[in-house]
Amino acid sequence: MNAVLPATPVSLRLSDLAPGQRGIVERVDASCPIGRRLLDLGFRPGTALRVIRRAPLGDPTSYELRGSRFCLRRSEADRVDVTLLPGG
Amino acid sequence: MSTSTAALRLGLLGAPNSGKTTLFNALTGLRARVGNYPGVTVERREAQVTLGDRSAVVIDLPGTYSLEPLSPDEEVVARVLAGDFDAAPDALVVVADACSLERSLPFIGAVLLREQPTCLVLTMIDELAARGGRIDLPRLERALGIPVLGVVGHRGRGLDRLVALLGTPESWSRPTLTPPRDPLERAGWADSVFASVVDTRPGAHRLTDAVDRWVLHPVVGSLLFVAVMVTFFQLIFAWATPAMDAIDAGIAAVAGFLHASLTPGPLVDFLADGLVAGVGAVVIFLPQIVLLFGLLYLLEDVGYMARAAFVVDRLMGRVGLEGRAFVALLSSYACAVPGIMATRTIPSPRERLVTILVAPLMTCSARLPVYALLIGAFVPAVPVFGPIGLQGLVLLALYVLGGLAALVAAAVLKRVLLPGSSLPFYLELPSYRMPSAKLWVGQVWGSARAFLRRAGTIILCVSMVLWVLLHFPVSTPPAGATPSQASRHALEHSFAGSAGRAIEPVIAPLGFDWKIGVGLLASLAAREVIVATLAQIYASSDEETSLRTAIRQDVDPETGRPIFDPPTVAALLVFFVFALQCMSTLAVMARETNSWRWPAFAFGYLLAIAYAASWVTHRAIAAWTGSA
Repeated sequence: MNAVLPATPVSLRLSDLAPGQRGIVERVDASCPIGRRLLDLGFRPGTALRVIRRAPLGDPTSYELRGSRFCLRRSEADRVDVTLLPGG
Repeated sequence: MSTSTAALRLGLLGAPNSGKTTLFNALTGLRARVGNYPGVTVERREAQVTLGDRSAVVIDLPGTYSLEPLSPDEEVVARVLAGDFDAAPDALVVVADACSLERSLPFIGAVLLREQPTCLVLTMIDELAARGGRIDLPRLERALGIPVLGVVGHRGRGLDRLVALLGTPESWSRPTLTPPRDPLERAGWADSVFASVVDTRPGAHRLTDAVDRWVLHPVVGSLLFVAVMVTFFQLIFAWATPAMDAIDAGIAAVAGFLHASLTPGPLVDFLADGLVAGVGAVVIFLPQIVLLFGLLYLLEDVGYMARAAFVVDRLMGRVGLEGRAFVALLSSYACAVPGIMATRTIPSPRERLVTILVAPLMTCSARLPVYALLIGAFVPAVPVFGPIGLQGLVLLALYVLGGLAALVAAAVLKRVLLPGSSLPFYLELPSYRMPSAKLWVGQVWGSARAFLRRAGTIILCVSMVLWVLLHFPVSTPPAGATPSQASRHALEHSFAGSAGRAIEPVIAPLGFDWKIGVGLLASLAAREVIVATLAQIYASSDEETSLRTAIRQDVDPETGRPIFDPPTVAALLVFFVFALQCMSTLAVMARETNSWRWPAFAFGYLLAIAYAASWVTHRAIAAWTGSA
């Protein structure tokens, strides 16, 4: 992974990213089953992802990563820490 | 390991949407045996096939993203692999979508750790090529140490080579080095394997991105969702009606033919009105089931169902359910039988069970004749706002009451009865695909067959038992009685008539007399049967007008007060909103939950609510109108 990190990396929760923004997964809470399942779905440290869109009612949100599109509710996306990629 | 005489057992493993089921159907045709794993509601699909010169059993394991189980579906995968149900599979076939190989590699690594003969089948290699992706399959074989084959399942491409490969698991190459055990290290291993075998990553699925811009658009997507759901509703409610009417007419014709051509007697009555009508009670559901599942599988195979769940998830989340429960509940407005069968699309078993338990509260079309009779007879046809009349408003209120009750019951059941940590919510949005007609026909046929075999037999038996209860013991009518008086006499002295009298003290607080009691018992067959039963009791020649007049004029012989006074009518309407008087729903619940415990619970809790709500209604209306 040779992702270009921003000069001052900002760590956010995945749920804080807006549609259209890109990020890199930094940390997933692997101590809980939900976190481990997110790892299995491909939300692994170093993974680049893009926020596609939110559902019409504001939740859940769809993400594109590793060639798949997954929707997560806010409560699940809160468990993933990401670094915002510039120009996303 | 199997002995030389036992059939080879092959387990198909893979993520949902990986093309695993398409591949299973392509390998096995329509020969799959569908059942349930003991003690769980997870569907079990396996089929006997011949691979070259040896016979094998192919097991289609539930779709899973991980070998660490969170849901009962995934628990089943772990238990099948451990050999808990039958002999463990002799060899594993991992199925993965070629376009999402990157995501699947850690899972493949986890399977390799089991150190069993394993091969990898990459599906949809045509889509990979179309999206400009290139995977070096020979290099992937070397990197993993197992055979790898690319196929296009729904077109049968690569199947011959797959069949040849599957017949000889003994000769499959085995990895020299197993992947790391630690999940994070294994993820790193997966990344390095992926980097070494992928020449070009597949690009975005342009069509899917373009379609999703509209299908998931806040305004256009919501309107499309509403349009699809209205179509669903229309399909089950209205478009199935001609076929259902035809079945009704056919059943009546067969019964009439039997009456006309055989010597009159109890045997003919039983054949014509018990057996043939019982068969009709089963077949009558087929149009709705075929139409509902036709559309459901079509939308699922195209890729829309996941989008619909995405659009409506937030709304359903408020009552503790998820997006996919919406379709099932909406279908139940037409009929709970296809609605309950539609809950199969809900992956979380708790949410599926809650949806099944509340589905009977949605106002199904069988309640309509009952509402029509009582509203037509007792609610004055006065206008309220312009063209909207009081009768229509009462009907609307009953529909709304049922829907609200279902949502409240779902929220309560989810919290009280089935607490515990929820499964995480995640939903994959698969790429849009052209559905395969052959696969679609197989899916729809499978649902219809499952209904006929599992629920149909129960419905047939119960409807014949009810017929016997309504017609035996045979009593001699008083001399000079008209045919309709004789029919009333027979019903009054039947087992059901006696039972109606026996339960009278229990239902008296609701204002119901024994005649309504008999109607309620008969309506266990199906709600609308109460109308025909009341017509028989009141010896009215036709169900519509004369029955309305008869029940309006009926008075208590001792007090001289009308039987159907406002409190009683309101209580009866409310009773029908809540009570689960439908053996077909109970039979389908038993089939879908794989036990009689949940139908018994649903019957009980809905009866309790129906009784309490009717009693409160009766008291409130009585106090309001000043009648006792």
